[in-house]
Amino acid sequence: MQNFHRFVIWSLLLGFAAIFLAPLYVMLVTSLKDMNEIRSGGLLSLPGSPTLDAWAKAWSSACTGTDCGGLKPFFTNSALMVVPAVLVSTALGAVNGYVISKWRFRGSELMFGLMLFGVFMPMQVVLLPMSQVLGWLGISSSLWGLIFVHVLAGIPSTTLFFRNYYVGLPDELIKAAMLDGAGFWRIFWRIVLPLSAPILVVTLIWQFTNIWNDFLYGVVFSGGDSKPVTVGLNNLANTSSVVKEYNVDMAAAMIAALPTLAIYVIAGKYFVRGLTAGAVKG
Amino acid sequence: MSSPSTPRPNQPWLPKLVLAPSFILSFLFIYGLIAWNGYLSVSASRLLPNYEFVGLEQYVTLFDSERWWVAAKNLGIFGVLFIGCGMALGLFLAILLDQKIRAEGALRTIYLYPMALSFIVTGTAWKWILNPGLGLENVVRGWGFENFTFDWLINPDYAIYTVVIAGVWQSSGFVMALFLAGLRGIDDSIIKAAQVDGASLPRIYLRIIIPSLGPVFFSTLLVLAHIAIKSFDLVIALTNGGPGYASDVPATYMYAMAFSRGQIGLGAASATIMLATIAAIVVPYLYSELRTKR
Repeated sequence: MQNFHRFVIWSLLLGFAAIFLAPLYVMLVTSLKDMNEIRSGGLLSLPGSPTLDAWAKAWSSACTGTDCGGLKPFFTNSALMVVPAVLVSTALGAVNGYVISKWRFRGSELMFGLMLFGVFMPMQVVLLPMSQVLGWLGISSSLWGLIFVHVLAGIPSTTLFFRNYYVGLPDELIKAAMLDGAGFWRIFWRIVLPLSAPILVVTLIWQFTNIWNDFLYGVVFSGGDSKPVTVGLNNLANTSSVVKEYNVDMAAAMIAALPTLAIYVIAGKYFVRGLTAGAVKG
Repeated sequence: MSSPSTPRPNQPWLPKLVLAPSFILSFLFIYGLIAWNGYLSVSASRLLPNYEFVGLEQYVTLFDSERWWVAAKNLGIFGVLFIGCGMALGLFLAILLDQKIRAEGALRTIYLYPMALSFIVTGTAWKWILNPGLGLENVVRGWGFENFTFDWLINPDYAIYTVVIAGVWQSSGFVMALFLAGLRGIDDSIIKAAQVDGASLPRIYLRIIIPSLGPVFFSTLLVLAHIAIKSFDLVIALTNGGPGYASDVPATYMYAMAFSRGQIGLGAASATIMLATIAAIVVPYLYSELRTKR
């Protein structure tokens, strides 16, 4: 009886694992096939003679709208955008969290509460005014504009992460350092920051995934040569041509997914921690 | 309000100064732009912002628009099914994984990886899988069911359900992680005591364990509702709101009006409605969270 139960549980779990993996599997095998093989059917079948042609085409010569330079320029844009946006928003979050949790002043908690709404706010509500602001600042349709928006949009969540983490650091630590004559910044650099490795990793991963995966800001605020990879992929997949090349679409989707997939495989534990930290603690 | 336990800095202005830029910027970004968007929604803006005040005209147009009601109804269908199925599947997986399973870590990794991907990526993948000619339909026909048809993707009555499929696939692993964490937080001795009393395992889950997961249910509901109302990428990548506007949701409606149809005022009005919907869910939650923490 016990064995039978185990068997049922295992079958269910493995069945679901297969369903969850199926899209990734389909993407991968389709990207390795040529169009003749795709047309002859067999969504799930392994490629007869695997080829990387579709990957090469998706990377450097597939058409996205009228341009035919592949995903490469979009991928570069995303990489150029994600690095400063992640670093700046994380740094600001760390400093904010440090102040809010360790140097409380009248009204700081209330302001933090008001800021928290930014984590949940539907971004549709800022799109129209933001595009005007970016125009005034002279950074509309540029990577700088996108970086600016991602930093702004990221501050509430990065602040939340660091604040929740720093609340758990004992205040005595700070007091002892003050008795030794350490000031605000010295305490931050010498004591708080060295203890921040876990939350730093979580926030960096969280911000990286969010910004890399963003589509809405990318499609609204980027211009001809500053579009991120998600926009490139969407354009590529929606470009109508005589023959729809599903293998190229799938290779392009894989390329756009690789950075976040790699992070997930390498540091999945921290990714999950970021997800749950963003979800359950308010 | 600084309590005696809070350290007092030598330069009392420094922490405030450090916080000021972030606070000012995010308040302008959050509340300033919300107000601005609110003003646009009562203005005569069409192709360009126009600050002539027209009262609730845009909202009247919005509520008279058939396309808006299609979008709102789709959000209702999507929201209910996405949240309901996502929670049910996530809880089911969490309970299965909670049975001291070998290779639990590997299975968890598999269930959760979709959450690391962009909705644009998963939408593109599902669009191919659900492709009426060559995708799943073809596979099932190949298994001998010659008349099997699965054309939801291009069927106006069913397109929104394909978004549900992809959405649930994407997020149920995440729900599973939340519930699993909740299950692990339950005191074993309660379960042991129930077992001694002769309660069966399903009964223990139904009567004891699941009821004690209340807070997890609530935060999961909050997060999923929030994802549902904001969902934009997935719809764009999978159906692009189509066929026609049959799978539009408020987020895609807003985008279409504001950025391709030259109806800025209408776009702003629809964004305000989205904001009000989320605020109705989130504000009470934030309020209670912050109060209990004091």
